[in-house]
Amino acid sequence: MSAAKQERTTSATNLPQEKYDELGAYIQSLETKEGALIHVLHRAQTVFTYLPLEVQLFIARQMDLPAAEVFGVVSFYSYFTTKPVGKHTVSVCMGTACFVRGSEEVYKAFKEELGIQPGEISPDGLFSIKDVRCIGACGLAPVVTVGEKVYGHVKPEDVKTILDEYRADHVLENLN
Amino acid sequence: MAIKSLDELKKIREASLKKVSLRETGEAVGEIPEILVGMATCGIAAGARETFAALLEAIEAEGLEVRLIQVGCLGLCHSEPTVQVNVPGSEPVLYGKVDAAMAKEIVKKHLKDGEMLQDNVLINTFAKA
Amino acid sequence: MSKVRSHILVCGGTGCVASQSEDIIKNLEKEIAKIGYQDEVKVVKTGCFGFCGQGPIVKIQPDNVIYVMVKPEDAEEIVSEHIVKGRKLDRLLYDEPLLQQKIEMHHDMPFYKKQYRIALRNCGMINPEDINEYIAFEGYQALGMALTEMTPQEAIQIVKDSGLRGRGGGGFPTGLKWELAAKSVSDKKYVVCNADEGDPGAFMDRSILEGDPHSVIEAMAICGYCMGADEGLVYIRAEYPLAIHRLEVALAQARETGLLGENIFGTDFSFDITLKLGAGAFVCGEETALIHSMEGMRGEPTKKPPYPAVEGFNKKPTNVNNVETYANIAPIFLKGAEWFSSIGTENSKGTKVFALAGKVNNVGLVEVPMGTTLREIIFDIGGGIRDGKAFKAVQTGGPSGGVITVADLDTPIDYDSLKAIGSMMGSGGMIVMDEDNCMVNIAKFYLDFTKDESCGKCTPCRVGTKRMLEMLERITDGEGQSGDIEKLQQLGAAIKDTALCGLGQTAPNPVLSTIHFFREEYEEHINDKYCRTGECKALTKYEIITDKCVGCTACARVCPVNAISGKVKEAHVIDQAACISCGACYEKCRFEAIRRP
Repeated sequence: MSAAKQERTTSATNLPQEKYDELGAYIQSLETKEGALIHVLHRAQTVFTYLPLEVQLFIARQMDLPAAEVFGVVSFYSYFTTKPVGKHTVSVCMGTACFVRGSEEVYKAFKEELGIQPGEISPDGLFSIKDVRCIGACGLAPVVTVGEKVYGHVKPEDVKTILDEYRADHVLENLN
Repeated sequence: MAIKSLDELKKIREASLKKVSLRETGEAVGEIPEILVGMATCGIAAGARETFAALLEAIEAEGLEVRLIQVGCLGLCHSEPTVQVNVPGSEPVLYGKVDAAMAKEIVKKHLKDGEMLQDNVLINTFAKA
Repeated sequence: MSKVRSHILVCGGTGCVASQSEDIIKNLEKEIAKIGYQDEVKVVKTGCFGFCGQGPIVKIQPDNVIYVMVKPEDAEEIVSEHIVKGRKLDRLLYDEPLLQQKIEMHHDMPFYKKQYRIALRNCGMINPEDINEYIAFEGYQALGMALTEMTPQEAIQIVKDSGLRGRGGGGFPTGLKWELAAKSVSDKKYVVCNADEGDPGAFMDRSILEGDPHSVIEAMAICGYCMGADEGLVYIRAEYPLAIHRLEVALAQARETGLLGENIFGTDFSFDITLKLGAGAFVCGEETALIHSMEGMRGEPTKKPPYPAVEGFNKKPTNVNNVETYANIAPIFLKGAEWFSSIGTENSKGTKVFALAGKVNNVGLVEVPMGTTLREIIFDIGGGIRDGKAFKAVQTGGPSGGVITVADLDTPIDYDSLKAIGSMMGSGGMIVMDEDNCMVNIAKFYLDFTKDESCGKCTPCRVGTKRMLEMLERITDGEGQSGDIEKLQQLGAAIKDTALCGLGQTAPNPVLSTIHFFREEYEEHINDKYCRTGECKALTKYEIITDKCVGCTACARVCPVNAISGKVKEAHVIDQAACISCGACYEKCRFEAIRRP
């Protein structure tokens, strides 16, 4: 599907055991494993924030499925990511309403300001970026979300101000 | 409370008929005034949570008896967040683009003094089934 | 309560302000002050009444009287006659041409009947997290009636008689679908709600789930009774966390009150609903793909037949309808099939919800009877185009539909008329575009979407959309070749004929329809390397900044193709169609008055 997905799945060998335990317990608690793969993957992404090779293998073994089938499902759906993400994910809405109001320029401005492409993390580790389909806030187009927070009527010149909010928070956190 | 028959359902409904007429036409004398805040994703994205909190705070500060209710989306995305004020005895009034400051004004002026606010009044332009 | 006894509402929408509503307000306030009524009568500026053609509009409350085409000098009479003496001003009342009568009450005006809410009836009116409010607004009464007073066949007949057709895009008759599922014999059947709203720019399903989740639950239970199913599934996008939350709350409350679960309304009928999360794949809106995704697999479509009504989820008979379709069910039972079929056009009954977005003033959800014209939706309800720009086109049907131009604005819209003009109803996204939107760029946007969302199972869609996109990218990058338009048309026709599912079969529509209506724009991109809107950045040319140009004529003299014109000491302009982007003018200008692309 997207360009980032065509590359090889990231390998991460140092993920904490307690997260595996948490996911394993969830899988064991299911009434039936049949047809539950997508639910499990949602849970796994909540626990690990992304789905590297090792996590996919773990799920395959726990659910008695071929790893290829797990990867097949992960790579099919755009909601699942196999790459690690920054502390904040910047999502630029590329739904039609936002598009006709200029979200392409906004997306470009974010990529330039952060110096990253989708699937990458900014050098300070704070941000990753992606485009999303309509989030349904068309009245505020163009719309950008950072984590849960929604920004409406975003213009390319607002990009730096938005990101600086999070950068400032980060600096403060490090001071304390 | 489980509903075991159509009659039981109808009884529950009849008990709240006044609420319905307050919301639709503003009739229903004796009901407590209510404020509806549009809180679907679009409204929340436009700041409806802040508006809701400000309304709650203002109602408490003024010591008024008002029901504050979250509702879904009226479809007026261009004017989110939307707030509808239903005072018994007068037609419901719909406000658009209500931020925290305006929310306080609504409680103070409209609910307390019965005076509709300048600007931002919207007109409901639909009939419903 | 205070002594304010009357409010005068004056429309402050863009259209009305342009026709002096500010002056009306000023004059009204002056007149009221003159007679000392300022504490009793307040003037209020409102948002758009959505009746711009008759503006400026003034409404008096609580009398509920509307005056149209009011002029500032009318203020005195409004105050002295209506406010002081309580007499209506006949000459300012709305003159309904057909009936030849003056209409004074807001609710009597035919204009306000343009929006009629069936599916959205409770959205914004009730607390979605309180089942008692839904019950207060006649909730679950339809289910009670169906279970206790009708046989499944009778209930199906009502849906059939209503003429309701699927609101997700295809427009298949809902009653017929239920009947097919009811006729399938099996020990287990499923009712599925498709809430995987994937069309970018459509959000009516989300609004219904967030504003009135019980209406969907009730309708699914009715469907279960009709077809003999005891289990329902809602397939919902993971991107809609609030809708998921509200549905979960609603399901819990319905179970608590016994409206879901065993022996509903004391009958033999039992029914419950669970949620299945989607994970972001547009193709899952196709019912066979959706079913595979609910089974935890890749959401790839399969060939029909077998139809889901015979072999669906877990190989059992399954009925799939979308959210808006279900939201229409309860009112049909409460008010009758005849009532529903009296609304709309001959073959498309009831209403349709549209998500009006893009370059229109009043972005939002509108629900109108089938047969309403696009002009009424965009200009009357939508308040026209933003910033006074010119209307160019409207896209309906999302990535599966096409553009509609000014020529078809007065076509009454329904399933069939939209198809006839090369678009489709789709799920109801309606994106308005103005003169600043490039049609080639829009076609590229949609193709980029379908190329991304193609599941890859069949070749025409997987490879074909990619090839079409490459051609469009070339054209917008200024590398289009003659013959590209014909190639796009040929390839598009081939994909339509050969793709496996609806996604592929409709993917070329945005390209084909923009070529049909705006061929000259494609030709400009290809032959003249020119984009008239400036949206295709690779095609933007050198530009003169009017404020900085002193009219020295240096650029005009140096231009090798005589593309620059203008009088001495006045700002010059570059004829974009003639410009070859050589940059000679930019080098020559001493006033930094030329912008480089």
